[in-house]
Amino acid sequence: MSHYPSYYKSDAQANYSNKTFIIALLSLLLLIAITSAAHAHETPIAHSHGEKLSTNTVAATSNAVSEETLLAQDDTLLAQNKQSLTTPANLAISKGDAIEQFVAADFTKRQTMLNQWPGSVESLDTLVELIKNDELYQGNGGQTYLLNSEDELFTYPAKQLTTEWPSDLAQVTLTNTLRSALVFGQAKVKLESNDPTQRVQAVAILADNIEQLDPALISTAATNEQDDDVKTALSTLQARIDFRDGDVAKQIAALTVLADSDSPQVLVDVKKALAADDIDPVLKSALLDAEDSIEQRITISTWIGHLFTGLSTASILLLAALGLAITFGLLGVINMAHGELIMIGAYATYMVQNLFQAYFPSMTGWYLVAAIPVAFLVSAIIGMIIERIIIRPLYGRELETLLATFGVSLILMQLVRMIFGAQNVEVSNVDWLSGAYQVSSSLVLPFNRIAIIGFTIIILMLLVYLLNKTRFGLFVRAVTQNRQMARAVGISSARIDMLAFGLGSGLAGLAGCALAQVGNVGPDLGQTYIIDAFLVVVVGGVGQVWGAVLASLGLGVSGTVLEIGIGAVMAKIVLLVLVILFIQKRPQGLFALKGRFVD
Amino acid sequence: MRLTQLLSDSPRNAILIGLCFLVLLILPWLHLLPETSSFHLSAYWITLIGKIMALAMVALALDLVWGYAGILSLGHGLYFALGGYAFGMYLTRETAGTGLPDFMRFLSWTELPWYWAGTQHFWWAMALVVLVPGLVAFIFGYFAFRSKIKGVYFSIITQAMTYAAALLFFRNETGFGGNNGFTGFTTLLGYDITASSTRAVLCFTTALALLLSYLGLRYLMSQPYGRVLGAIRDSENRLQYLGYRTLWYKLSAWVLSAVIAGIAGALYVPQVGIINPGEMNPVNSIEMAVWVAAGGRGSLIGAIVGAGAINAIKTYFTVAYPEFWLLILGGLFVVVTLFLPNGIIGVLDRFKKEKE
Repeated sequence: MSHYPSYYKSDAQANYSNKTFIIALLSLLLLIAITSAAHAHETPIAHSHGEKLSTNTVAATSNAVSEETLLAQDDTLLAQNKQSLTTPANLAISKGDAIEQFVAADFTKRQTMLNQWPGSVESLDTLVELIKNDELYQGNGGQTYLLNSEDELFTYPAKQLTTEWPSDLAQVTLTNTLRSALVFGQAKVKLESNDPTQRVQAVAILADNIEQLDPALISTAATNEQDDDVKTALSTLQARIDFRDGDVAKQIAALTVLADSDSPQVLVDVKKALAADDIDPVLKSALLDAEDSIEQRITISTWIGHLFTGLSTASILLLAALGLAITFGLLGVINMAHGELIMIGAYATYMVQNLFQAYFPSMTGWYLVAAIPVAFLVSAIIGMIIERIIIRPLYGRELETLLATFGVSLILMQLVRMIFGAQNVEVSNVDWLSGAYQVSSSLVLPFNRIAIIGFTIIILMLLVYLLNKTRFGLFVRAVTQNRQMARAVGISSARIDMLAFGLGSGLAGLAGCALAQVGNVGPDLGQTYIIDAFLVVVVGGVGQVWGAVLASLGLGVSGTVLEIGIGAVMAKIVLLVLVILFIQKRPQGLFALKGRFVD
Repeated sequence: MRLTQLLSDSPRNAILIGLCFLVLLILPWLHLLPETSSFHLSAYWITLIGKIMALAMVALALDLVWGYAGILSLGHGLYFALGGYAFGMYLTRETAGTGLPDFMRFLSWTELPWYWAGTQHFWWAMALVVLVPGLVAFIFGYFAFRSKIKGVYFSIITQAMTYAAALLFFRNETGFGGNNGFTGFTTLLGYDITASSTRAVLCFTTALALLLSYLGLRYLMSQPYGRVLGAIRDSENRLQYLGYRTLWYKLSAWVLSAVIAGIAGALYVPQVGIINPGEMNPVNSIEMAVWVAAGGRGSLIGAIVGAGAINAIKTYFTVAYPEFWLLILGGLFVVVTLFLPNGIIGVLDRFKKEKE
């Protein structure tokens, strides 16, 4: 009750609270917009990795990439011009970018190109990706086409959708020789890169093709290497080569290095060696030690991976439950339509995406930035309307409110079904959120999961700030703790109810916007999350932000761990039973509001 | 206590309600009339009436805990389905004869799970219909009421319970036919389940069960026990200060309600010919609450009227305008809670008062 004095000092006017709320709301939106914009600046880097070829190349992206490519191409053209003296036929197609040249080239030309790639690292990455996905095609005498999995044909390098199919369209396939030339060519280019991450990738590519690897390549790379990460990777690879080919002494020496690895490939190597007959006893004990150590490391990184998955599940739960915790705490009513407000947030995201595709095709990758405030506002407004029309007249009758809001949820669900259809709609992943961060050989963290965790933390911090440091938050807490007293000191509780309900609903909208990035968007989206969100609120305690945080962490992480042990369905059942048991011990949730009033 | 008093407080209503029940008891036999007769009721109607009467029994059960004891259950579909499954086990065994039920053979199981033991006997299945929902309700209710979970908390927990059970029954490994549940029943006690006489008897039994539960609950609620339940709803704390052990009042009402719901489920299954985990879907359970709310909470005849009216509307709309049904149901939830706090019965009462 330490904040009570500030009540007395102030002339707690109702319109004052309103202004504060609007300012707080705007600053929340602004901060969200800024943080998302910051995310979006990563676009050029992430995109140039060639994770996904979008229909419309983002303007900013191509600028960054093509400058590099152009520089590289200047050199290339010089080289090409020299060649063209001997083979004039190549002159016509020597212009254009490296991939185009590659497609048009014949076998020997391709081989030479791969030995000494004329383009940029990124273009080579793109080539590898295209060939791996069977998307690279050739037609009409060497022209390059891209055919995606939905049978849409694009010209290259313009990447324009085309309906004029060349008569002799053929997939660009590689012979084994070319394939390995491609792989090693890629690794070589990357090894020579100035960027250490590129060099680590190069080592990973080499490690995948250890069978055909030339050991000399590694030793020369190792002597020139300065970066620690690359050095470690190289020495592991060197050790693997030694381990495969060397004599016993060399193998034992290699094992001391390999024991620090967490790569499943290494484990396979070690197991294979162990399975052999008549092994040297010293080697055998070294092998056994190494096996233990590697297995342990793999277990650790697998569990870190599970923990990460659990964390991201927890943050999804928290996003879904935060708004519910606020409205439940404030009004003591369960808003059964909360799930549908999440769903509406997701559909708002979908609408914004479509708008961007239709009117700002060059900025499609940025639609998420606009979708976040839109989702918030749409859900918040609908939430406030629900509060005004349905919840307020039922004040003090919690059970009836529960039923009425359930009716609202049915209506909203059916309306969405009638407007958008019963099928799931497609919300595409933003380019800069696809892909993953490779921590080690057995630990990969997807970007969109990382982004959701980050997003949740930001929302949480903003919310805590809003509730604890602003005038509006003060009023919300006052009404939550003691409505009569709050009214007595001049807070307009009706207005606070509506605004706080809008805030809770807006949070649901934000959750929907985030969920659209990781899951399906359909009319039933809300139903999927609502029961879990209820459980979070019930376990966390009424109106307790930190209770909700702890509860969602507990439920999210233990849910994921249980899922690994006993399967998704059983995990859910066990979790529900555990929650029911937990409620026995703490009927008011983790953090109960302390007070002397009864009922 | 006289029969008219059991039927309704006012003698005129008692006659009306008695007549309605009489009609319900006679209707099933009209199915046996030759099809040429103008009083003949087709199999569709007889099944529909039987079905709605079974659902009205659940509404009665829900009204007992919600209308009288003030405990809103969003999980009565669980007890309804448990009763249905218990009886469905017997029907499945009858259909399968001495062999294993089809769905078990598809899973290449070689013997029945232990909990199927004895289900080939009608009497044991009937016992299960009462015991299983009763026991589940007792265990759940004991723990929930003991730790004083009430209000929306309790409602949410019951919803979570039925959700968990639905997930469990969806699994093939649980041994209740997974997704498909039980269906394709052929005989009941040796009689063809689709024969008109069997249908008529089933429908009549349901009407009788509905009448008996109505009268039984009316009687119980007029006793001190019913008064205590009402007092729990209005102010549980005060009652505890007066020395009542409210736990046992609530628990017994809860278990009784679950048992009635279970019996309703058992009557429902042979008439519609299928039971699957969809019956445990939380949405179904919430729908039951709106039957009671629409009819009038705390009025037993209201629960029956509400269940009948809403299911009649549902039957019409799900066929005629399927896409509008959910809108109407949602609208009903809102309209009933906002404008008809005492349901249809409340409106009728107000009408009558204004007339006087």
